[in-house]
Amino acid sequence: MEYVSPEGLRLDGRRPMEMRQLRAEIGTVAKANGSAVFEMGNTKVIAAVYGPREVQNRSQQINDQALVRCEYSMANFSTGDRMRKPKGDRRSTEISLVIRQTMEACILTHLMPRSQIDIFVQVLQADGGTRSACINAATLALADAGIPMRDIVTSCSAGYLNSTPLLDLNYIEDSAGGPDVTVGILPKLDKVTLLQMDAKLPVDIFENVMGLAIEGCKAIANYIREVLLENTKQLEYRRGL
Amino acid sequence: MRGLKLPLSQTQRVRLQRAFEKLQSLSAKANSDASLTVADTIPVNYEDAFLKGHGTADLNGELVATVCGVVERVNNLVYVRALRARYKPEVGDVVVGRVVEVAQKRWRLEINFSQDAVLMLSSMNMPDGIQRRRTALDELNMRSIFEENDIVCAEVRNFQHDGSLQLQARSQKYGKLEKGQLLIIDPYLVKKSKQHFHHLEQFGVDLILGRNGYIWIGEHVEARDSMVIDQAKNIEQSTVVEGINQAYTPLEMRQNICRIANAIRVLTSLGFNVDLNLIMETVELSSSLKIDIHDMLGSEFHVLVAEMEAERRSLTTKRKR
Repeated sequence: MEYVSPEGLRLDGRRPMEMRQLRAEIGTVAKANGSAVFEMGNTKVIAAVYGPREVQNRSQQINDQALVRCEYSMANFSTGDRMRKPKGDRRSTEISLVIRQTMEACILTHLMPRSQIDIFVQVLQADGGTRSACINAATLALADAGIPMRDIVTSCSAGYLNSTPLLDLNYIEDSAGGPDVTVGILPKLDKVTLLQMDAKLPVDIFENVMGLAIEGCKAIANYIREVLLENTKQLEYRRGL
Repeated sequence: MRGLKLPLSQTQRVRLQRAFEKLQSLSAKANSDASLTVADTIPVNYEDAFLKGHGTADLNGELVATVCGVVERVNNLVYVRALRARYKPEVGDVVVGRVVEVAQKRWRLEINFSQDAVLMLSSMNMPDGIQRRRTALDELNMRSIFEENDIVCAEVRNFQHDGSLQLQARSQKYGKLEKGQLLIIDPYLVKKSKQHFHHLEQFGVDLILGRNGYIWIGEHVEARDSMVIDQAKNIEQSTVVEGINQAYTPLEMRQNICRIANAIRVLTSLGFNVDLNLIMETVELSSSLKIDIHDMLGSEFHVLVAEMEAERRSLTTKRKR
């Protein structure tokens, strides 16, 4: 199948190095300490953060740092076709773990000893790149909850189809079976916290694709920063003196 | 962006936007670029000595913020004041909490902190007002003082060396709260002041602005005099108080409580600071316009309150100049 037309356009009309439209909203869950909705094109994810709060299971309590927990789920209506296993499937467990580890790397857990932070993410609409969208939503929700972090984590995916590196794959491109590189970075520290690929690629091409994904991450980071700054300013001026 | 979840008509939207723009222009003069997000560099003069406070971290010799908030400088100390975070206790704060557990000689209270706070049996006045050692019998009767899910008002006493938080309730004004409403709001909206207990005489209502963002609005209770020496008088008085307690709360009182509670709800959903003056102004606005209690949470009243606040702040800034 042809994923990039001779004119250099992808199936949804984007250029190879073009990202989908981003949209973020903070404070969508009233009872949560922090929450956000993050959209990348047709992929839409909601995240809610509770905590730092008292550890629910005393045996899990860590004496010098906070316990970070993450639960990822996909709404049954998020995809067109029916899901085979509704809950507890391997994919969800794996993504939960990935998100937990990525977020734990940036949260300053030692500042909140003997407490727990719960991150809940749910995919409302799936159109490829759910992993990245979940991480971006979780970052926004954590920042909204006022949890101290080293840096914001942003994530973006890139692929390689029809011998062209493509940024931010959608569902059709994702299911083409080509390589799909998901990268998570700390933009300010310039460090990689997440790197996943489920295919083979020659090293030189891989470097290109990863570079493209990192550029995508940086663009997302700029957007997230803008949203957070605008939110902080609003809260501050509304509060008054 | 944090949006209001309200059905606004076209005119209401324009009015609200204008009110917010006015508020923004009023505060923008005071601090224009003090707002920061996570990992933003804090501008400091590196040649001067400075102290890193909360919400800051050192990154390759650069001072960066670790939370979203506003930079504050006190002498040499530089810190970032986080908005919308959980409560950070300070010794002496008045807090309102909910009992989650009755344990050995202590109650555990949920106070919106990263851990549960501890209220020791020995750090509170007994209901009979007598100063004495706590016996095993007192320990068995702990549930007669506070039970699970009771709402309790107390003061932050200290941090233990193991990091747990101790509370105390050594005065008649602290203790169990009954016959009222608990509101949970963001702690950054409650400003520290000299007085957190308010008796609103015209409504007969007690208002407690807990620093942890838990706000209590309840029927006024006369604080019993703790220095009563006459035992018989004491018993008599307590029975009288019990007699009053058994009577139900009158309808008018409940309406007053709800009106004040709704005023606070409106203020918090607009993100305004919650203090006594503003609450009373909002209540007066609602009753002078004869707005029903349940209509106070509607869009029109939100817009009216935003306009009132914009007007009020512009007046106070003019007066200052």
